[in-house]
Amino acid sequence: MHIRFIALILVVFSHSVFSAAKIETWQTSQGSPVFYVETKGLPMVDIRVVFDAGSARDGYQHGIAALTSALLDTGADEWSADDIAQRLESVGARLGSGVSKDTAWVSLRSLTEEKLLNKALQTMQAILTKPSFNEADFQREKGRTLAGLKHREESPGALANIEFLKVLYKDHPYAHPSSGVVETVTGFAVADLQNFYKQFYVANNARVVIVGDIDRQHAEKIAQSLIAGLAAGEKPESIAAVPVPEKGVTKHIQFPSTQTHVLAGLVGMHRKDKDYLSLYVGNHILGGSGLVSQLFGEVREKRGLAYSAYSYFSPLLRKGPFTMGLQTRNDQTSQAVEVMQNTLKAFVEKGPTETALLAAKKNITGGFAMRFDTNSKLISYVSMIGFYQLPLDYLDTFQQRVDAVTVESIKDAFKRRVQPEFINTITVGGE
Amino acid sequence: MIFRVILLALVCLPISAYSSSVKVHERTFKNGLKVLVKEDHRSPVVVSQIWYKVGSSYEPGGITGISHMLEHMMFKGTKKYPAGEFSRIVAENGGNENAFTGRDYTAYFQTMEKSRLEVSFELEADRMRNIQLDATELKKELEVVTEERRMRTDDKPRSKTQEYFMAMAFSNSPYKNPVIGWPSDIANYQVDDLQAWYELWYAPNNATLVIVGDVKADDVFVLAEKYFAGIKTSDIKPVKPQTEIEQHGVRKTTIKLAAKLPYILMGYKVPVLNTIEDESEAYALEVLAGILDGGSSARLASKLVRGQQIAVSAGAGYSMMSRLPEMFMLDATPAEGKTVFDLEYALKQQVYDIQRELVSEQELQRVKAQVLASAVYERDSNFYQAMQVGMLETVGIGWEKVDEYVEKVNQITAEQVRAVARKYLVEEKLNIAYLEPQPLNQKKLVRKVAGGRHAH
Repeated sequence: MHIRFIALILVVFSHSVFSAAKIETWQTSQGSPVFYVETKGLPMVDIRVVFDAGSARDGYQHGIAALTSALLDTGADEWSADDIAQRLESVGARLGSGVSKDTAWVSLRSLTEEKLLNKALQTMQAILTKPSFNEADFQREKGRTLAGLKHREESPGALANIEFLKVLYKDHPYAHPSSGVVETVTGFAVADLQNFYKQFYVANNARVVIVGDIDRQHAEKIAQSLIAGLAAGEKPESIAAVPVPEKGVTKHIQFPSTQTHVLAGLVGMHRKDKDYLSLYVGNHILGGSGLVSQLFGEVREKRGLAYSAYSYFSPLLRKGPFTMGLQTRNDQTSQAVEVMQNTLKAFVEKGPTETALLAAKKNITGGFAMRFDTNSKLISYVSMIGFYQLPLDYLDTFQQRVDAVTVESIKDAFKRRVQPEFINTITVGGE
Repeated sequence: MIFRVILLALVCLPISAYSSSVKVHERTFKNGLKVLVKEDHRSPVVVSQIWYKVGSSYEPGGITGISHMLEHMMFKGTKKYPAGEFSRIVAENGGNENAFTGRDYTAYFQTMEKSRLEVSFELEADRMRNIQLDATELKKELEVVTEERRMRTDDKPRSKTQEYFMAMAFSNSPYKNPVIGWPSDIANYQVDDLQAWYELWYAPNNATLVIVGDVKADDVFVLAEKYFAGIKTSDIKPVKPQTEIEQHGVRKTTIKLAAKLPYILMGYKVPVLNTIEDESEAYALEVLAGILDGGSSARLASKLVRGQQIAVSAGAGYSMMSRLPEMFMLDATPAEGKTVFDLEYALKQQVYDIQRELVSEQELQRVKAQVLASAVYERDSNFYQAMQVGMLETVGIGWEKVDEYVEKVNQITAEQVRAVARKYLVEEKLNIAYLEPQPLNQKKLVRKVAGGRHAH
């Protein structure tokens, strides 16, 4: 039995011939790029309109991007929040909106049955192109945001996150939390949101992504009509590059919790980084592969110090953070931090073993099909490819590029990019 | 990032709709293992889940949480595949894996490229009977679970409020206990306790194997037979009923914890599909939950959050597919200047409205449209489909109900919604917890420890 099992493993190393999604692209008459994948089998479609209007565009008004996004479905055209909700929900459609550091998006999931889809699309179109920004809706949503910010103060993990990014990014637009802070949000007026909308929710700053059981012609029509009402506007200038990191700092915030939340890391890499794959695969081994990563092994499996221990890169338009994290009982914080630091140090010094690299490659390439086996996952990938202007065959060539990574390239990339003395460590918890 | 997930399916689950125009293939082996297969050929992947009929609601006092603890220990190795091997092999085959424990089930899963299903079967069959429990490993893993509890509950005022709420609401039903267990129980598990629990429940005749993906049912049965059919049957004794005693009158508790926002949690004791005499009542309660909280156009959002603006958030939920009777839950966070008592009044008003007047045809149609659409959307995920089938089978309802859901919901009338509101959402069966925030006390002191590394 054992022998047969080994044989089986050997057989499956070869890559599957399954090809990734076929992404088609074109522009609307106003010049907004559209990215489209046809998937068959289920009578549904996912649509996402993405703007370069994330919290990095907040300026000094931290949280304005998020609140603008939250206001969109509270009134549009002649419809109130109730009307909008009823129009969408009566056809079983689901609308979403939100912001990240780089992007703001409005998304729709709908059945493809024509009458249902048309009603949903009409509503989405109004939300995108004719949001009302009523004073009353604004005051209410502002109040809800402020309550959310207050609630955040109950969470040592959330506080650690805020402090971590502040230390890493200082005055850079990636430094502040996307939902803002009480001091800034309190001062917003409805005109601020309108201005933000006018500047950033424009055709020259929009991308449309469509994934589902819709043919190309229909997709073209949808993309065109969905954002035809947007002003042409201008593509905003790129946000500033992230300043070069300095020597790392260590900070502790006192909090009445039983655990201390630890976040450690530095400014990492951007989406088109030349070290992307070496850092990605290297991190997979260090702390990115769940139950089998080195950090998980050292912190949890060997020592029982935490429930979760992990690391990841968040590649953004500019360099996003590299983060290591864990939570542990207050009195063993320094031990846990030390284990984390030593694990990183050893990894940066020695790099992974050939065996570990091979295992990681097998995991990444062997599970490749699972990265986009649902429309939900697929639209996330296609949106990322569209927004960050990655090659359309990004998914198709991914396995090859992973295979090209070597122990040396990982070692080299980590030595240059993840120097232990540059690591910042934030702890939030009791003593 | 959460591994080995606990599903604390306690509060405010949205309406879950079950769909399936896709056939479930069923086979039961001689040793009692039931295998359920659903073919979905959209992607060359497969999910394999094995569900055991055991969870926190099976646990006697003193060892609460032991099902979850055992779930952790299931990753600690067998004679054939020592500690770490299971996860290493799954990973090398490109797989994702994890496990979760609930009140009524413990389940383990792997998602893999379709050709690797055999890897999952071989490993999972091995650990059904052969794990090696070791005192040193247990000691370490106890610490891990204690950290997990701190993270999930102890440092989260609302989670803690929910825990106290359940402990108050249920008198003798095992649903009073948290899935993760009470702290002193966790601290005192012995290897013998875990060994006994493992031997009691981990057997083919107490398990369901669910496979969804790009496979052929007949091939799966052959493969499953090869690895699982030889496993010996156990003598599984039925779990004691522990039927919850009648509640006569409202129960209230105030929880004072360091927190920033007040919060109210209300629950009416209600039956579930498993225990209800007239099945349509369970579906009517589902529709009722959808009327109150089925999206942004539902009553709680449109009337309490927007209209009256007394809540910053409000929710309702009913989960009809648990093993034992449940609660119909309502929860809310007050808007600035409002109190939890304002919310209690407002939430009760919403209940009274439904008891008094028939819900509108428009509302009813909206809920039904959403259920219908969800039935399609859910099929986007193999994992979700496997969850539905596995859960229904494991709690004793039977997977066949998956197929009936949309139709049964569709038959519900406004009169039936009003009738269940009148019958079940009554003050005598109501439980309330108020979270009363206490100052966080310590000022936020940002202390710069050093310019460089942490001292050690």
